[in-house]
Amino acid sequence: MLRAMTELSIQATDLVRNFGTRRAVNGVSLTLVAGDCLALFGPNGAGKTTLLRMLGGLLRPTSGSAAIEGIPLPGSADVRARVGLVSHQTMLYDALTARENVEFSARMYGVQDVRAAADEVLTRLGAASFADVRVRSLSRGMQQRVSVARAIVHSPSVLLADEPFTGLDAAGASALTGMLAALRDSGATIIIVTHNLDEALALCTAAAIMREGRFVRLDRAPIPAREEYTALYRELSVDAA
Amino acid sequence: MKFSKLGVVAVIAVIGVYIRAIYFTPFDALQGPAQKILYVHAPSAWVGLYLAFGLVFITSVLYLWLKDPKLDRVASSSAEVGFVFTSVVLITGPLWAKPIWGAYWTWDARLTLTLFLWFIYAGYIILRGAIDDFEMRARFSAVLGILGALLVPFIHLSVYFFRTMHPMPVLLKPSAPSMPSDMVITLVSAFCALTLLYAWLLHERYLLATERDAALEGRS
Amino acid sequence: MPPSTRVAPVHRRAPGFVGSTLAIARKDTLIELRSRSVILSALAFAVLAITIFFFAWDPTAVASIDLAPGVLWVIFTFSGLLGLHRSFGVEQPTRAMDALLAAPVDREAIYLGKLIANLAFVIVVQAISLPAVALLYNVPIGGYMWPLIGVVLLASVGLVAVGTLFSSMAVSTRLAELLLPLLALPFFVPVILPAAQATARLMNGRAVSEVSGYLSILAAFDVVFLVVCTLLYPYTLEQ
Repeated sequence: MLRAMTELSIQATDLVRNFGTRRAVNGVSLTLVAGDCLALFGPNGAGKTTLLRMLGGLLRPTSGSAAIEGIPLPGSADVRARVGLVSHQTMLYDALTARENVEFSARMYGVQDVRAAADEVLTRLGAASFADVRVRSLSRGMQQRVSVARAIVHSPSVLLADEPFTGLDAAGASALTGMLAALRDSGATIIIVTHNLDEALALCTAAAIMREGRFVRLDRAPIPAREEYTALYRELSVDAA
Repeated sequence: MKFSKLGVVAVIAVIGVYIRAIYFTPFDALQGPAQKILYVHAPSAWVGLYLAFGLVFITSVLYLWLKDPKLDRVASSSAEVGFVFTSVVLITGPLWAKPIWGAYWTWDARLTLTLFLWFIYAGYIILRGAIDDFEMRARFSAVLGILGALLVPFIHLSVYFFRTMHPMPVLLKPSAPSMPSDMVITLVSAFCALTLLYAWLLHERYLLATERDAALEGRS
Repeated sequence: MPPSTRVAPVHRRAPGFVGSTLAIARKDTLIELRSRSVILSALAFAVLAITIFFFAWDPTAVASIDLAPGVLWVIFTFSGLLGLHRSFGVEQPTRAMDALLAAPVDREAIYLGKLIANLAFVIVVQAISLPAVALLYNVPIGGYMWPLIGVVLLASVGLVAVGTLFSSMAVSTRLAELLLPLLALPFFVPVILPAAQATARLMNGRAVSEVSGYLSILAAFDVVFLVVCTLLYPYTLEQ
């Protein structure tokens, strides 16, 4: 079951996506191996979310190709089963409890022992104490924990996170960073779209800046120091406005 | 507005047919002048209910299969033009029915069918207005176009259980047309003229859609 | 990195079609049972409609047995629409639909799961409003209860099949819930018409054989639109 660390996890070539006449993603190529963590920065409307949704199998590329662990996208159920999705929207049902949400997600991914898998992942994320509380009455930070639990209950090998820090206070953000770090260390490949340079740079092994549908900069470890990168980012994204 | 050749032919044909219908075709012995509305009503029904709706169905199926934006333009153009012709049917019908049946409207099978096709056209146009994304608009309207066509036999079947008092379509009767030949000639030419008119309007509307898409493309 | 910290071996077995369909239906039903908001408003609507219809008609001119079928089907239609609004609405506030679409389930299973939940909703409303109409309008339904239930169920499948599809389309448009009745009601007519006619005939004591024509229209509608809507549903999703 052990994969070599150099095993290709995400491979994208010249991805393009149009919405009507607007081109949201304009030729993105990317290669990530297992255990990579990519931080994706960029101004609003740069195409980050669209790129993520294509990699998650939610959107069809207009042209170009992508593969997750060698299986081409957009694809079969088989490739969707390997991906987990987190965003600033929790994608939870607020009338259901945390456990019911996670169990439902586990069922959708064909997990065998739904109950045990939900228990295990809720405990791992420190959400066991409020597992039987309805999501509606949980704080934003607690909801985000449940949302991450929902996304990783099927042990995905790729996690796509779209602005997961939005709406979290400092404590919530640092807890989320811890969870993502643990996931990365367990060998999952992660892409994080975010505006929080601090958290993301601490976590990631690669960083990219996107603008007008393209990567205008891609750094592999070692990523420039935080101050230097912040300046770079500001320069590259202010230009766009 | 620049007239294409097709446009010139269509407009002349329509004018010619209706001059003939008004001045050179005899009055119906029983119905008098009211019968002349038939020359607008029946051909409009042919265009709006069968031709335009059929084309919407075919292009919708093809669109979902081939995803070619041209097919969506044809479908939406045909739906808009068909909507106008169906509206003409719904307006001319009651004008004829009032003197002949004594009421503007009855819940007769054919009338109800026409009304609901008109509703589906209207829903189709409103649906398109409520979606900004081209591709999604095309897909959604294709879905509605297909479902709408499949609905027609069911509306027909379910309203058929009410007795219909609508005259049988004169030209579709199995026996010889029960109409003086003068009238038949006028009616047949009106069918041709309005079919030409439809073809021309469809073509113009299609060109407009193409231009509009191209303009939007250029802007972004 | 030591092997022990790698991603645990996973059981990547796409869930079965029936299993995911039922899980989605169960989830939607559970949400409705928890919040109860829509079902209660549908029932309140039903009772209000029964009352309003009663006072809008002149009971000395129209016998209640002639009024009851119409009232029944107006209630079924509009309370059904209330439930259908909610169907894809529960996924909206937190974009839970994205999670469903990202999961390895068939799109058709999502549609059928939603359809089953909507059908359950409609049947609950009917199970309460049918006896209510019978009681308040003094129409005895005991003698032909089973054929009547058959008519109601056949009609409900058709209504919910097209309604669920249009609900999925309507939530993605700018008009959202305003669009649903506009799209769905013309499609409801060929269902409600034979259903109301059959109900009226049954209530007037006609034999079941006299309504078989209506029943076959309803059955044909169900089959055609169940199949076609299931096939078309994936086209109503973002792709």
